[in-house]
Amino acid sequence: MFVGMKRFFVSVLLIILCFLLQTTVFQWLDFGGIVPNLMIVLTASFGFMRGEKTGLLFGFFCGLLTDIFFASVLGLNAMIYMYIGYANGKFNRIFYPEEIKLPLVLILVSDFCYGLLYYITFFLMRGRFQFGFYFMNIILPEMVYTILVTLLLYPLVLWLNKKLEESEQRSARKFV
Amino acid sequence: MSPIVKKKGEKFTLPGKYLLFILTLLCTGLIVLTFSTDFLSAPASAVGGFLITPLQNGVSKAGAWLNTRSEELVQIRSLISENEELKAQIDELTMENIRLQQDRYELTNLRELYDLDAQYDEYEKVGARIIAKDSGNWFHSFVINKGSNDGLMIDMNVMAGSGLVGRIVDVGPTWSKVMSIIDDNSNTSGMILSTSDNLIVCGDLELYAEGVIRFEKLIDSADRVVEGDKIVTSNVSDKYLPGILIGYISKVNVDSNNLTKSGLITPAVDFEHLEEVLVITELKQTTED
Repeated sequence: MFVGMKRFFVSVLLIILCFLLQTTVFQWLDFGGIVPNLMIVLTASFGFMRGEKTGLLFGFFCGLLTDIFFASVLGLNAMIYMYIGYANGKFNRIFYPEEIKLPLVLILVSDFCYGLLYYITFFLMRGRFQFGFYFMNIILPEMVYTILVTLLLYPLVLWLNKKLEESEQRSARKFV
Repeated sequence: MSPIVKKKGEKFTLPGKYLLFILTLLCTGLIVLTFSTDFLSAPASAVGGFLITPLQNGVSKAGAWLNTRSEELVQIRSLISENEELKAQIDELTMENIRLQQDRYELTNLRELYDLDAQYDEYEKVGARIIAKDSGNWFHSFVINKGSNDGLMIDMNVMAGSGLVGRIVDVGPTWSKVMSIIDDNSNTSGMILSTSDNLIVCGDLELYAEGVIRFEKLIDSADRVVEGDKIVTSNVSDKYLPGILIGYISKVNVDSNNLTKSGLITPAVDFEHLEEVLVITELKQTTED
């Protein structure tokens, strides 16, 4: 239980930290009004690092946090993030911590999927059909910026996960 | 890694896809609920606002600080280039300032010349610039930038400031050499303006340093000549036009022969700082002809 608690608290802290960064610091460090999507980095990373369930839980809470603050409808972002986290969890079997290409591609695709789903749910449903415009002006720049930030954030997340696993293994040996 | 996942899996007996399904239902429920009513949004916002907003405030300040720093970094770069530009501009302006100051001096000189011109406006004059001079602090002889192409001839009188400088002794197509009246080998026939007594003004090498020139052979039997009297060029001079100011008497001595007087003259022209001169394009002899 103690092991799970530690991971739980670290995860909550990480989500809140990323959310704060995304909503505050990066709003100041925007490029042409575009802010990187740290929540997607977090969701996707934990998805393919820890598996489907962690991914979907991370996604759910990241999305819920976003919903609470910025969405008119509660639960839509949570659902999108959750599915993205779940889908990333499917790649847990072919994930190796030493490999950087797969995480980058996964995060890139995740961000694209998020953009696409967000466009479909929030814009297409309201009759905004100019996907080209939204792709070129929102989705693509966000993908580029997100992948740049990923290069900094992902090693941190990876290192954190490694530390957590080490401590969990230690305590598991101790208790078993 | 996998044992932990399994361990975790054992703890949460619910498999991932069921959890996904449940949460999807929850989300859908939330969506429907919040879409149709606003009954959940207020507490959710309250909780979020209570927990997250203070943090956001703090981090926002940090973000603003970071943003200011990054802007400062950008500004430093632009400031450096701007600084270089401004330095170049300062150099430029300094150069321009020097040039303008020179222009101002020139203007002052030209104005003086103009005054002189008005004073001696019965003569035709040509302005000229001194382009070369003999070595030495004072101008003994110098070269001006106009010559025979501009109608200058030998023996034409040269003035500057308010008085006589000398005369042209050599002429080229675009230049003329001027011998000044303070030259050691120069003798000028002058007269006291107030009494019309004639005298000879001689350049004297020994007196250069004192800024005066010598006069001699003044016949002043009535003793009317005093210090400060104006000396102008004489009517009897064969080279100089009459009535041009030479200077002021600063000292009068009676010669040992008791007939003539000699003394010192302070020239009207500041020979040390001569830049422009006026050449009178009339010759004494031609006017007499």
